[in-house]
Amino acid sequence: MSAPTSAPRSLTGSFPAEAFAQHLTSLAGAPAWWLDRQRAAYETYAGLPMPRRTDESWRFSNVVGLSLDGFTANPAASPTALTSPFGTPHLAFLNNTVVNRNAVPAELVRQGVVVTTLVEAAAQHPELLRAHFMAQPQKLGSGKFAALHSAFVGAGAFVYVPRGVEVKEPILITHAAAGAGSAVFPHTLVVLEENARATVVDHFVSADDAAHFACGANDLYAGHGSQLTYIGAQDWSRTSRSFQFNSTVVRRDARVQSLNLHLGGRQARHESLSQLQAPGAFSEMLALTVADDTQEFDQRTLQIHQAPNTKSDLLYKNALRDQSKTIFSGLIVVDPDAQKTDAYQSNRNLMLSDDAEASSLPGLEIQANDVRCTHGATTSRIDPEQEFYLQARGISKAAADELLTFGFFEEVLNRLESDPLHDVLRTLIQSQFKK
Amino acid sequence: MSSLEIKNLHVSIGEKEIVKGFTLTINSGEVHAIMGPNGTGKSTLSKAIAGHPDYKITQGEVLVDGKSILELEADERARAGIFLAFQYPSEITGVSIANFLRAALQARLAEGEELDASAYYKRLYDKMDRLKIDRKFTSRAVNEGFSGGEKKRCEILQMAMLEPKFALMDETDSGLDIDALRIVAEGVNAMRGPNLGVLLITHYQRLLDYIVPDHVHVMYDGQIVKSGDKSLALELEAKGYDWVKKEFATASAR
Repeated sequence: MSAPTSAPRSLTGSFPAEAFAQHLTSLAGAPAWWLDRQRAAYETYAGLPMPRRTDESWRFSNVVGLSLDGFTANPAASPTALTSPFGTPHLAFLNNTVVNRNAVPAELVRQGVVVTTLVEAAAQHPELLRAHFMAQPQKLGSGKFAALHSAFVGAGAFVYVPRGVEVKEPILITHAAAGAGSAVFPHTLVVLEENARATVVDHFVSADDAAHFACGANDLYAGHGSQLTYIGAQDWSRTSRSFQFNSTVVRRDARVQSLNLHLGGRQARHESLSQLQAPGAFSEMLALTVADDTQEFDQRTLQIHQAPNTKSDLLYKNALRDQSKTIFSGLIVVDPDAQKTDAYQSNRNLMLSDDAEASSLPGLEIQANDVRCTHGATTSRIDPEQEFYLQARGISKAAADELLTFGFFEEVLNRLESDPLHDVLRTLIQSQFKK
Repeated sequence: MSSLEIKNLHVSIGEKEIVKGFTLTINSGEVHAIMGPNGTGKSTLSKAIAGHPDYKITQGEVLVDGKSILELEADERARAGIFLAFQYPSEITGVSIANFLRAALQARLAEGEELDASAYYKRLYDKMDRLKIDRKFTSRAVNEGFSGGEKKRCEILQMAMLEPKFALMDETDSGLDIDALRIVAEGVNAMRGPNLGVLLITHYQRLLDYIVPDHVHVMYDGQIVKSGDKSLALELEAKGYDWVKKEFATASAR
């Protein structure tokens, strides 16, 4: 085992080799392969430069705001009762420590359903974890931050649903941060075996108004014929900086629907990668963002069709208020033998202010000849006639804008089958308008 | 008892003056019909009173119970008791009728006060039944994909739910077949009474067979040129608007 590199402080910031070493000591029980992967990740992190304005994958982003300084790499946690509008979490993390857990029903445990921490999973299900944990590529530009996540991830959730088992109620995981400068590394790994079904909710939340640094990942693996619904609700404090990396692997005839809600953070970047690996695979990628004040939301997506007869459908909607900014950059890649691919990508922006700015960079890279790929981006303002119509009924301009934003979002929310989840997401969005 | 006083109102769109000194007082309990040829400023008048931002009031006053409403935003005017039934109601994608009306009623409550949801639905369903609107419409997006008649019935439903002091009904009869017209008229007639004043804007006399006005005014070139009782509407129907134009031309020449 090699000692962690001593890289220049300018490249490691608040996460120097000593901090990494301290992190490793907290993972004394983890298997060697895990620690090896983390060491390799730390080397990558320490060796990579910070993103530059000229990097294509950071186009339009405020790279100057991406400082690594001023954070606490291994923040302490004290037990805190965390409540979530989604319900009682099965696992709740605060500052990278489990603070709360509630078992899934005994019947599901008997069927082999696992909802546990990554560390426990490494001990109890070593093969599964080794096959899936930190196993997916990062392709969307945040190599340095993704490596930082891989180096420091310790606390995280592992959800496993065996072959043919259906989990009806959503599995809820809360990832929280507290205290000024706290750096958190949330991680959720979901593995669905053949024909399994489940809904998993990640709720990211700050326990106070302090500025946090969140650098998380969620890896979703949908085995043959399985169906996964994933909700990621990001509600970090308004001063926080957030990175979230999603990787979704969809196998034969499987279907993944993911909906990411972006509300919090001063600057938040979300990268989402879907790999359609076998015929019949379908990934539905949905996102809703309410940006206000001077928030910046940066969304980068990649839909890779690696097998024939696969389908992906992306719909990202942003509502922008005040001086906020959103960036959407999406790419559909169709491999040479992925004939009969059906890929769709759409980014729609609703401007509620003249001072907001939405950038959109849709893209296609098609190497097969028999495919159906469409992409598009639209940016529109609130229709003044609609606004007047609502005002003429006594609804204030602010309330009218909120109502019209919900109208704009409804197309995405309606894709969710679950009404209770739909309602919670509505409530979260509503609270954004009350801030 | 309330009053809506419109005094010497001048309204411009851009540089063009459309309403040129319109004066009329409507008391609650009264139904006034305004008739006139196209392009004479009837719709402009109603939108300007309701507070449309594109319609600039350059002169005159609009008072509700003696208080000017011209400094108020459109939503404040609505809450002060003005209701505009649109000639072309907007389609609002993704916003259900139930949520829309709920927001409108909620806006009339004091801060922190919550609408009683069950009482609200009971009342909503009752009004819908009377207007022969299928209850399923509550979950449909406002006016989206509605027929002309459905849109107008939806306007009347909103009026019934919001109980304004004064309703400005802009060509509510346009685009309606006879059955829809009858339903809409019944809806309006049911609301007539000491708590409501109505300004009924129409191009055709037909509507006035169903909603019988107390007063009829003829508007031409941005102002009222003739007033009378319901027989004026019939006279107008018989003689046509050319008669008004001619009279007005003679009057202006004098």
